[in-house]
Amino acid sequence: MAIASDDFRFIAELIREQAAIVIEPGKEYLVETRLGPVAVTAGLVNVAGVVRELRAKRAGPLLQRVVDAMTTNETSFFRDLQPFEHLKERVIPDLLERRKAERSLSIWCAASSCGQEPYSMLMMMRESFPQLQQWRVQFLATDISQQMLAKAREGSYTQLEVNRGLPAPLLVKYFHKKGIEWQIDDSLRRAIDWREFNLSARTWPGMGPFDIVMLRNVMIYFDLATKRQILANMRKVLRPDGFLFLGTAETTINVDDSYASDVLHTACYRPKAA
Amino acid sequence: MRALVVDDSAVIRTVLTRILTNLGFEVIQASHGKDALDKLKGVPLPDIALVDWNMPEMNGYEFIRSVRESAEYRDMPLMMVTTETEMEQVVKALAAGANEYLMKPFTPEMVQEKLQILGISGS
Repeated sequence: MAIASDDFRFIAELIREQAAIVIEPGKEYLVETRLGPVAVTAGLVNVAGVVRELRAKRAGPLLQRVVDAMTTNETSFFRDLQPFEHLKERVIPDLLERRKAERSLSIWCAASSCGQEPYSMLMMMRESFPQLQQWRVQFLATDISQQMLAKAREGSYTQLEVNRGLPAPLLVKYFHKKGIEWQIDDSLRRAIDWREFNLSARTWPGMGPFDIVMLRNVMIYFDLATKRQILANMRKVLRPDGFLFLGTAETTINVDDSYASDVLHTACYRPKAA
Repeated sequence: MRALVVDDSAVIRTVLTRILTNLGFEVIQASHGKDALDKLKGVPLPDIALVDWNMPEMNGYEFIRSVRESAEYRDMPLMMVTTETEMEQVVKALAAGANEYLMKPFTPEMVQEKLQILGISGS
């Protein structure tokens, strides 16, 4: 059953208010596909039932499940590959040199979804930079969705998920079979601090400073004002010589001119000198 | 770029051929390991071979071992594409010389991502 236009507007406003994510007209199918399963789980007849409940009570587990369902995005291990090549070839060697005195590194995956990005980074670091095992590496991974964070902490992936972008030698080395799923080893799961975080929060107390921030494929969902606020907050938590990665379809150009793109990898940005 | 597809299922051969052709590959098909070794004779070495595990005559594991022991074909990149989904089998295939392992069912994106991992792109 097609979603009523009033119900669509209600959900779009709710998601904008809760997560600052813009759901434009024309995305009715997205709301229907994402919220259909939420309705079933909640024992409601359809998406209209979900909207009715939320109009009566804009809080509680149902609200969280709706936000989770509407903010969950597709991801895969080593997604797009080139950012990981750039991290391996340029960014981490550069930081190993700059931070050799303090031997510490701070990394933030800011929209970690169900964990493939932070786990991909960790596997790459263990394979290519074993010396980092002797460093103090703080690895924070955040997401707005509690459901995604729970899955990321568990580190269990379906066959279809491990088929996406994960080199077989890494599957063999870092995963074990758990029933029909593949679970990443405890040492990697424990190496990451998983936390719920809303990027559209006005201020980010207690965050940073970070050497590397992965903010990939999430800015596209925000309106311009929210993008500006996020990039302004990011400047405060990113070290002046740190690295910010955006998705390949995202840019700081005409949004926040205090970042400069890396000539070798245009989705990698650095703060311009003040 | 050239690819060799080795699978006893005509349906899988057709699906993989379509995916690889769309990526710019010329595709040679074979229905089992021995057939593949015959078809490799006298042609330029393919840039990648996608090989099923369970096949008559010569299975994919035996084919991979033969390729790695052969002076002519040993450098050919090999990807196992199979319904075998246990850890032991992935380990065994890699130990025999497979460079990658893709579990069925697969999507065109998965094939493309695995090729990217190997640094292989189409035309």
